[in-house]
Amino acid sequence: MTAPKTLYDKIWDAHLVDEAPDGTALLYIDRHLVHEVTSPQAFEGLRMAGRTVRCPEKTIAVPDHNVPTTPDREKGIENAESRIQVEELDRNARDFGIHYYPVNDIRQGIVHIIGPEQGWTLPGMTIVCGDSHTATHGAFGALAHGIGTSEVEHVLATQTLIARKSKNMKVEITGKLPPFVTAKDITLSVIGATGTAGGTGHVIEYCGEAIRGLSMEGRMTVCNMAIEGGARAGLIAPDEKTFDYVRGRPHAPKGAAWEAAMTWWRTLKSDEGAQWDKVVTIRAEDIAPVVTWGTSPEDVLPITGDVPDPESFAGGKIAAARRSLDYMGLKPGTRLTDIPIDAVFIGSCTNGRIEDLRAAAEVLRGRKLAPGVRGMVVPGSGLVRAQAEEEGLAQVFIDAGFEWRLAGCSMCLGMNPDQLAPGERCAATSNRNFEGRQGRGGRTHLMSPVMAAAAAVTGRLTDVRELMTETV
Amino acid sequence: MEKFTTLTGIAAPMPLVNIDTDMIIPKQFLKTIKRTGLGVHLFDEMRYTPEGAEVPDFVLNQPAYREARILIAGDNFGCGSSREHAPWALMDFGIRCVISTSFADIFYNNCFKNGILPVILPPDAVEQLMDDAEKGANARITVDLEAQTVTAADGTVFEFDIDPFKKHCLINGLDDIGLTLEKVSKIDSFEATARARFPWA
Ligand code: SF4
Repeated sequence: MTAPKTLYDKIWDAHLVDEAPDGTALLYIDRHLVHEVTSPQAFEGLRMAGRTVRCPEKTIAVPDHNVPTTPDREKGIENAESRIQVEELDRNARDFGIHYYPVNDIRQGIVHIIGPEQGWTLPGMTIVCGDSHTATHGAFGALAHGIGTSEVEHVLATQTLIARKSKNMKVEITGKLPPFVTAKDITLSVIGATGTAGGTGHVIEYCGEAIRGLSMEGRMTVCNMAIEGGARAGLIAPDEKTFDYVRGRPHAPKGAAWEAAMTWWRTLKSDEGAQWDKVVTIRAEDIAPVVTWGTSPEDVLPITGDVPDPESFAGGKIAAARRSLDYMGLKPGTRLTDIPIDAVFIGSCTNGRIEDLRAAAEVLRGRKLAPGVRGMVVPGSGLVRAQAEEEGLAQVFIDAGFEWRLAGCSMCLGMNPDQLAPGERCAATSNRNFEGRQGRGGRTHLMSPVMAAAAAVTGRLTDVRELMTETV
Repeated sequence: MEKFTTLTGIAAPMPLVNIDTDMIIPKQFLKTIKRTGLGVHLFDEMRYTPEGAEVPDFVLNQPAYREARILIAGDNFGCGSSREHAPWALMDFGIRCVISTSFADIFYNNCFKNGILPVILPPDAVEQLMDDAEKGANARITVDLEAQTVTAADGTVFEFDIDPFKKHCLINGLDDIGLTLEKVSKIDSFEATARARFPWA
């Protein structure tokens, strides 16, 4: 009998091309996703060395970071550097014959949204992208993580990655989530509990009743932010929900291939008795809607809390918290719900899927943006946008006073013109609250789509549970 | 790739935890399609005012640290995005070694692909080196990759651990892709087996 294995062990073993005695491994890569920001130097490297893309059929490219999201974007990209990056991707996709979703294709969108949407992301695969939020795809029970540009070039040339096995970490969320507490609150609370380096050197498997209870969209939100917890990747074992989501997608297997795939997919779970290097358990009942107060995703508190005193931390965190509060323009002891906002951003690869838009629209239905607050909804893909229009969600946002945008990364990082002005404060559904992330001097509070929608209505950070019970 | 063997130089102290890649190289500089020229933008938003003037307090703007070759930083250095622009910017500025108690995984890997040595040391060692770094040019630090040691200004020697394969590549300036392509027959046979086992993939 073989020793019990974790899900991570199983995927790793199935992709091992070679392993040196010192543990340096060559791992086969099933899907390589590519976007315009981290790939030009890799393609340039290939050209200079006279190399080709080994498996163009396993390589999928889409421009997302730089693209304008305004309705008139067919006019082209104004910023010359952004335009050149997108044109480079056009050219590289063409020259190397890889799958491509150009800006004007309705299937275009954020790379981590369209991978699953198009059925490129499948259970048991290894998936990489020159982007840290590749962790998203782990929601399907795929080993998915971000790589640097040199590694992008390596994967393009060899379809493999030089890797070393990470440790196994189990994050179990027991019980059922209370109302208005979402996948985003789970993932932020885990980071709040373990810190941004808590997962360093580990691959996290999320499990437990609350994780099983999430939809695929919610599971993607959880895995998306595994990287903010420092983990190499996040994983969730596939189940019927996973298979239902995948079935019938354009690049999912069909017929006999589907049956063969299902046979292997059903084995993709951690065995009883598998060894974990680290275990964290959180009760779903203890999770509240959370927001971030600082400039690190670990700076998380329940919305019922107050801005903390930097002196309450230890070590280097004291200086970091002081710097954070100074940057965020916040005073210790301020109630989080007393913090006014200037902008609301709903979108990103964390929360730009149809279910996120449904949840936010539910809160916004019949309500309006608070005076003076700017609201922006940026669907994660052209198809999400189309579906939201069909379901009438777009109209809810428009009626509430939001801008209804085209798909892209947008104000998640503001590489395109969608940016905060210095000092502006934003309730955002994205994943990073770093200094300058959404625009130089911009202040970001991370939260779930329902919490962002609630903040939009009141013009300050708000406990969505209160807003929604007020009117019942 | 540039080799790394030994390095003696001035170290700049950055006693902050969670220095993220957005701080190291903000997004507006990711629009380049080249690997070079990013040094002037290293730590841009901490280093310059919005008008582009130098912030005198920022460590790399102080005369003592303009020639720094080593960075001593707090926990979890390089967290955040996968942007290799971060090590490119450090390298272009002239930083060849970063010493911290811990690094984010992707950044750590990216360093080795660009001739930069990230060194992990225990908190008290980093603290002593941070003190040295505060002394500017009066305290040079030596890093020896072959011996896996960092020598503080007073001669104290700290040993560090490193993956043998990464060390080998860095000392010899080896190109990963070239090394992997030597194993192409193994990739071929893996693909043949995988085609039978996972025909849909
Ligand atoms: S939406 Fe944000 S986090 Fe996601 S890929 Fe785009 S920039 Fe990165």
